[in-house]
Amino acid sequence: MDAIAVRPLLWIKEAALAAAVAFVLALPLAGFRLPDGVGSLTFRPQWVIVAVIAVALGRLALAMARDFGVARWIAAPAASGMEAVRSAFSPYRTWLIVGSIVFMVALPMLPFGTRRVLDLATLVLIYVMLGAGLNVVVGLAGLLDLGYVAFYAVGAYTYGILATQFGLSFWVCLPLAGLFAALAGIALGFPVLRLRGDYLAIVTLGFGEMVRIVLINWHSLTNGSNGIARIPTPGFFGMQFSGVSRLTFLYFIIFGMAMFTMMFAARIRVTALGRAWEALREDEIACRSLGLNPTTIKLSAFAVGATLAGFAGAFFAARQGFISPASFTFMESAIILAIVVLGGMGSQTGIVFAAAVLVLLPELFRDFTELRLLLFGAAMVLIMVSRPQGLVAHREPSLRLGKGKP
Amino acid sequence: MAYFLQQLINGITLGAIYGLIAIGYTMVYGIVGMINFAHGEIYMIGAFIALIAFGLLAQLGVASVALSLVVVLVVSMIFTSAYGWTVERVAYRPLRRSFRLAPLISAIGMSIFLQNLVQVLQGARVKTLPPVITGGFRIYEENGFTVTLSTLQIVIVVATLALMAAFALLIGRTALGRAQRACEQDRLMAELLGVNTDRAISLTFVIGAALAAVAGVMVVLYYGVVDFFIGFLAGIKAFTAAVLGGIGSLPGAMLGGLIIGLTESLWAAYLPAAYKDVAAFALLIIILIFRPTGLLGRPEVEKV
Repeated sequence: MDAIAVRPLLWIKEAALAAAVAFVLALPLAGFRLPDGVGSLTFRPQWVIVAVIAVALGRLALAMARDFGVARWIAAPAASGMEAVRSAFSPYRTWLIVGSIVFMVALPMLPFGTRRVLDLATLVLIYVMLGAGLNVVVGLAGLLDLGYVAFYAVGAYTYGILATQFGLSFWVCLPLAGLFAALAGIALGFPVLRLRGDYLAIVTLGFGEMVRIVLINWHSLTNGSNGIARIPTPGFFGMQFSGVSRLTFLYFIIFGMAMFTMMFAARIRVTALGRAWEALREDEIACRSLGLNPTTIKLSAFAVGATLAGFAGAFFAARQGFISPASFTFMESAIILAIVVLGGMGSQTGIVFAAAVLVLLPELFRDFTELRLLLFGAAMVLIMVSRPQGLVAHREPSLRLGKGKP
Repeated sequence: MAYFLQQLINGITLGAIYGLIAIGYTMVYGIVGMINFAHGEIYMIGAFIALIAFGLLAQLGVASVALSLVVVLVVSMIFTSAYGWTVERVAYRPLRRSFRLAPLISAIGMSIFLQNLVQVLQGARVKTLPPVITGGFRIYEENGFTVTLSTLQIVIVVATLALMAAFALLIGRTALGRAQRACEQDRLMAELLGVNTDRAISLTFVIGAALAAVAGVMVVLYYGVVDFFIGFLAGIKAFTAAVLGGIGSLPGAMLGGLIIGLTESLWAAYLPAAYKDVAAFALLIIILIFRPTGLLGRPEVEKV
């Protein structure tokens, strides 16, 4: 270990610099409040002072932590602790999975399985499904899609329109929602898949916005920004549910769908198609020289990802009973992407954890609605900067030769 | 014809604003190869700081339009640059050697953060500014339709051109600009030859933010209405402009801005106005399919 160099003068210098920057940043935006409408500015020096002191202290703490090597004290035991937990659990992996599935199935019957818990669990499972779907596109095929919410919207509107206009049942609409979403994915993918990563990201973002604008303006079909209301709840062989039993039934549907998605995603990884996706992500030129057709492979990733989003969208419409373009903003795409990235890009367990964290954390801070997104953005930057490989960064290789160690 | 001419004038004004934002995207992409997703937010912050500066000047009783315009421009550029510098330092620099998508995701987080920061600090309601520069010229008349060129539009275009020229001199003629261009061509080699690449990258973000601030001032003057959400759409359109002109190319960014501005105002004039934002994205897709390197971009050679 290196000798610890404690440099108090440097700390003070760094803290002073940070304070100066904080002063410049805070002075206009925090120091003055613009009037709503006509009026004059309000001067709030106390906000500037608070910001400057907070930043200075934070920088000081960071500098001290660095000089005393705090990161090392935390990082090494944390890493070995994680490893210990992992190796302790790995023989029981199957049992753990079975146990959590049994727990999830039993949840509505358990004493704490209240309406609110069920509702939150349903929400988490929707995001697990969306995360798993986007993971196929981003994690496996390596195509950054910033407009994933468009396919979610297509699925939701498919069920919403078919159910309210033509009276089709949920179970008929579910495959149709997947189909339409897949078609949308192919329609988008076909022209743009030749593009490099960053360009693709922006074009998909543009596509997401285009779908939203069309939804707002195509009044005759989508009822514009008023949205579609009174979307029926799915039934089960003629049975209809209401109240708590409706919630429980919806919970079981999304649980089944999420399970299916997770298993599908795990299995498709080891098929020829899944291997081609991962190979393409690693090296496109090598793939092409081995005779793989990048366009069709990418297109299939887009279509598969879109189908899963379409399913999730149909369920979303059935659960809410009401959909409007306001539910399908870029923020939604960003949250789904955050789930995939925080989950460690390609890790299935990671997605479940990240979805739970990202859905439940904002729920806990419900009282601070204004600060919620602020904290969300800050957390996204913080996690990326401190752990770019994701929160749960452990990926099993998809294939191994024989039983050999990787 | 008169109507068309009027839309042309409006489109060029709009295009100048988009072009200024697009330069920030194109420079950052050129030097660090990432999409600075938070750049639209920087522009929004520039607009807010301009509003605050206008408000302060009005309360101090400054009556001269020219003086307050210069003061507001300078104030907004300085404070917004500080935001640009900080964003790079906090959210991008630690990720410079990370995997390709990491800075982009960090940038998305930064964008969400800044947007909501402004909402928390300044409230969600729209902020307004009474017209500062009024008056104009009637330049053409046909069948009772008058084409006007407002003083404000002249100011916007002239100021944009002047700043572009100053900026071109800074990049083309000074030591700072030389370092910046060297980093853009080959960062590692520049570093080996003693160029302070960290400083050059910081400088790029500062310049980009300053130009975005100018765009913010212009938008405050032109529309008189600002809210915390304007950065998102303007950012995407400006990025479209940068790609359209060929990313990495500075004249390309300006040209792309002009094309986007013209497309938008002409589309709004002759086709369903609700879909004018779709037009910009559709244009982006079409350009990328047929000319992926943009109008003025150099073709990229793929190396194995």
